[in-house]
Amino acid sequence: MGELRLMKGNEALAEAAIRAGCDGYFGYPITPQSEVIEYLMAEKPFNRTGMIVLQAESEVASINMLYGGGATGKKVMTSSSSPGISLMQEGLSYLAGAEIPCVIANVVRGGPGLGDIQPAQSDYFQSVKGGGHGDYRLIVLAPASVQEMSDHVPISFDLSFKYRTPVLIVSDGLIGQMMEKVELFDTMPRLTDEEIKEKYPWATTGKPKGSERRIITSLDLDPYRQERHNHHLQAKYREIEETEVRYEMLDCEDADYIIIAYGSSARIAQKSIQLAREEGIKVGILRPITLWPFPKKQIIELMEKGVKGFLSVEMSAGQMIEDVKLTVQGKVKAEHFGRYGGVIHSPEEVLEALKEKLIGG
Amino acid sequence: MSVLTVQDIIKPENLVYKKTSLMTDKALSYCPGCGHGTAHRAIMEVIEELDKESETIGVAPVGCSVLAYEFMNVDMQQAAHGRAPALATAIKRLWPDKVVFTYQGDGDLAAIGTSETIHACNRGEQIVMIFINNGIYGMTGGQMAPTTLPGMKTSTSPFGRDVSTMGNPLKMTELIAQLPGTYYVTRQAVHTPSATRKAKRAIRKAFQNQLDNKPGVSFIEIVSNCNSGWKMTPIDSNIWMEENMFPFYEMGDIKVDGKMVTK
Repeated sequence: MGELRLMKGNEALAEAAIRAGCDGYFGYPITPQSEVIEYLMAEKPFNRTGMIVLQAESEVASINMLYGGGATGKKVMTSSSSPGISLMQEGLSYLAGAEIPCVIANVVRGGPGLGDIQPAQSDYFQSVKGGGHGDYRLIVLAPASVQEMSDHVPISFDLSFKYRTPVLIVSDGLIGQMMEKVELFDTMPRLTDEEIKEKYPWATTGKPKGSERRIITSLDLDPYRQERHNHHLQAKYREIEETEVRYEMLDCEDADYIIIAYGSSARIAQKSIQLAREEGIKVGILRPITLWPFPKKQIIELMEKGVKGFLSVEMSAGQMIEDVKLTVQGKVKAEHFGRYGGVIHSPEEVLEALKEKLIGG
Repeated sequence: MSVLTVQDIIKPENLVYKKTSLMTDKALSYCPGCGHGTAHRAIMEVIEELDKESETIGVAPVGCSVLAYEFMNVDMQQAAHGRAPALATAIKRLWPDKVVFTYQGDGDLAAIGTSETIHACNRGEQIVMIFINNGIYGMTGGQMAPTTLPGMKTSTSPFGRDVSTMGNPLKMTELIAQLPGTYYVTRQAVHTPSATRKAKRAIRKAFQNQLDNKPGVSFIEIVSNCNSGWKMTPIDSNIWMEENMFPFYEMGDIKVDGKMVTK
């Protein structure tokens, strides 16, 4: 068993970065995730693993530091919260286009605009539909516990290097701020410079004398070559959709109704389905762990098993529900419920909404 | 009497100058008469002379030099508009033994990238920054730049830059020289052989500073022409540059070995 600690989600994310062999963290303070960089600065990871930590002048600089560092094959990471992640969208588009591995964590807060600092899940569209310009996708993981704030970090690094693509961890102010017991994984050694050169021949580490130079760019002014590059990206995204869907099902075997919820909402829904079953209503939870790729096949399988309706529960005005509806194709009911703007729904409110929207109507 | 042919002249023993292998054979995309090509060559020659081909990582963001990676035969990263100093910061922090440089235009370095420029300089990143100042946005077709001179006509200041409404030209080089994080700050040109020789010496000094682990940024502004954007012949543009740009953007060292040069 690994080391057990009581930690905030933000601290678990930071500790996991050190243990996952991250080479560099670049970040800018913003509530409710400032504990990430505070923890890293206090922990002096350079003395532990050689990892560097730098407070950048802005989120724009942070994401571009990821570009520079990631393009040399180093494991680089940043974290922020909604308004800061908006500032990073240009960089994310470049990172996706230039195929640079890196990990970004968004501890989502209420919006739009400066909004508030309470938990929200209203950055779903931005996370899974692009956010920046151009045709691209990010792999998006959604931790639902402090444990997963830690566990998702090495998974994200692995996926980002496997596919040479940025990976986004989408948490929220609740998961970031609350304390839970965490079992920490053992520290993995950072790759040496020689190992990086060997493993990632595409990386700009200084070209060996007389050999071909490496170019990291998202630019190609020839539209036909740019289209070919886009085809290549799309093929990669199809492969990710085929192989990297992660999800969890709870009490779905006999369920008549399914709550689809991720992150904090999935935690709240655990109580809702317990209350429902006490009333004799058979409800299960499908928790997408990857928001993109989205667990479409699992939803279809549940429909084929006779599920009568889906309730997308999210702390937003209804974003993930669009992907649920696209999957369900009107064959059964698919409805949304959620409080938003920083308000967290109660398990009872979720159950009431389920009864009203899926059973009562 | 036999006539001397070209083939009689092109012999190894007659070789007086050779293109550095760190410039590719690709035809430059810059307009004929533009200073970019000369600046590229001077940098690449320095890297070759320092024997740092295998240690160098260059960053070129958006602007005319966005395609610098087509011509500079070292590992290159293309950056978003203005962000090269952020990329270079991370590269140098993660690979402290590598030689890292940025190559940026005036719109990039002194307008959209002002924040990245000032903060990389203020942190004292051990990088070389090359700043090509031609007072105009060349790539997008000649719009006003932060460095456009008062009264100067561009496509977005068609009646001349009116400083009362369009602001004043920004002397970014003097500005960053004030920061303790800059170690070497100089302003050069590449429009004549003697200016190019001086500029190359400055570039060599900048890279040598990085190799010698000197604390802080080595920053070289190269005041250059944009004959297309200025709508002049190359020769006229160089004369105009000498008569108008140089009095405003004064040539020479501003800070050497971390100390301001007193004039």
